[in-house]
Amino acid sequence: MEYKRESVLITSQVKITSDIYRISFQSVTMAQNGKPGQFVTVYCRDGSRLLPRPFGISEIDKEKNEVSFVYKVVGGGTEEFTTYRPGEFMEVMGPLGNGFSLDGKKALLVGGGTGIPILLELAKQIKQTTGREAVTVVGFRDETYLTAELSKYSRVLVATEDGSKGTKGNVLDVINQSGLEADVVYACGPHPMLRALKNHFGPLQVELQISMEEKMACGIGACLACTCKSRETDPYTKVHNKRICKEGPVFDSNEVLL
Amino acid sequence: MINTKVNIAGVELKNPVMPASGTFGSGKEFCGLIDLNRLGAVVTKGVSNIPWEGNPTPRIAETYGGMLNAIGLQNPGIDTFIERDLVFLKQFDTKIIVNVVGKSISDYIEVVERLGDEAVDLLEINISCPNVKEGGIAFGQNPASAMEITSEIKKKAKQPIIIKLSPNVTDIREMAKAAECGGADALSLINTLIGTKIDIHTGRFALANRTGGLSGPAIKPVALNMVYQTANAVKLPIIGVGGIRNAEDALEFILAGATAVEVGTSNFVNPASMEKCIEGIERFLEKKGISDINSLIGTVC
Repeated sequence: MEYKRESVLITSQVKITSDIYRISFQSVTMAQNGKPGQFVTVYCRDGSRLLPRPFGISEIDKEKNEVSFVYKVVGGGTEEFTTYRPGEFMEVMGPLGNGFSLDGKKALLVGGGTGIPILLELAKQIKQTTGREAVTVVGFRDETYLTAELSKYSRVLVATEDGSKGTKGNVLDVINQSGLEADVVYACGPHPMLRALKNHFGPLQVELQISMEEKMACGIGACLACTCKSRETDPYTKVHNKRICKEGPVFDSNEVLL
Repeated sequence: MINTKVNIAGVELKNPVMPASGTFGSGKEFCGLIDLNRLGAVVTKGVSNIPWEGNPTPRIAETYGGMLNAIGLQNPGIDTFIERDLVFLKQFDTKIIVNVVGKSISDYIEVVERLGDEAVDLLEINISCPNVKEGGIAFGQNPASAMEITSEIKKKAKQPIIIKLSPNVTDIREMAKAAECGGADALSLINTLIGTKIDIHTGRFALANRTGGLSGPAIKPVALNMVYQTANAVKLPIIGVGGIRNAEDALEFILAGATAVEVGTSNFVNPASMEKCIEGIERFLEKKGISDINSLIGTVC
């Protein structure tokens, strides 16, 4: 079994923007086995909140056995996580899901909103393994974050809906304006963004790996809550559904219906 | 020496704790997190005659102390279940209870007959899923239909049958009596309670299905009362289910009249819930000097 549920030591908690935080913790299992695109689930201390919350891994430090994820406060569970302090423990399971496939090809990374953090570890590993910097396009509504960190490992292009930073518009506007090309595109973000990328790169025959999101319960493939529609009958489920937590969260965009 | 063995319709379980259908798949995803050999039985996710797609997403929503689900009984169908999931389960030293679903009586019977010669110990007949339009709940809210489907399945089943009852009825005892009259060997109760949740920011229902089945600690007092009522209305052994998280909860159900218990939503909260529940029951019996768990069944006063 590659995943574990553990009580992990929190090593840092940083507020990045008005409602986005980064938490880092120690776990040998998750740091040594984790891959970019995989996720962990975090269990609330408040017993009225039953279900673990899934978060994509944003960074892995194998030497320090440290794993980080970035989260946005959207409700009571994530509000609770903001009270966690370094030195405390939290309940985490992981690493879960499949993760991105890295194959050394010329890569373009595209992220929108809360889909951006998982690109950080991906950009880092692409730079480490290929020696080349990928291009990362990130889209925000207004307030930007993680762009400095992403710039350590990749060439970052920013889009904001209000035009306060970078290109006014969305990630597709940046891709079109800059004429960005790639052999493989890695993307995580809202459905409309993923759909637009599929429409753009599909006809160009460019490989597009997308990370999907859905409400989850177990996080390990048992409950069948977090499914997405697949083009073909899935070999495991035997229906046109794939489990995002198990067969995903990363899919070839041709496999799934958006 | 403490005895935790219990007997459901002639099948001896090493202890009274098992997962509730739908929260545990067929055990594969949990086998690195808990020891399946420790469980009294594994109750599988509902299996139908052909693969079922289930409902659109979102299929779940958390509520205070509970959760709503409207998975819609997605499953790979009986062929894959027998070839893959049952083969996996047979490796373990635990009893196998297959949850059976269908849209018509003949659908149920097809699955039951396919399982006739398989290494399955008990069949749990799900006539109480609130999330599919046809079948399921259609049989579970009308005593005459419940009796009919029970007797039809009983004629064909080679294993003892457990009828899983819905709480979404006026009086669950009437449904229990109907199943008993139809020839059920045991009962499990309760399935989930129908509920809903609304996202005030989008103005939409939280579930694509609009309604879902409420489970988790929030429903435990309701389930416990229904188990108590039913235990005093029928002679059949009862498997109690609804919001059980730990040994204390499990023991409450046993005192109320349940012979065994199913742990459901709690498997999501902590995959070790069932193991902890079993250990907790053993510790309780030891501490209280109770040599046989069976001496506790239905003893509440």
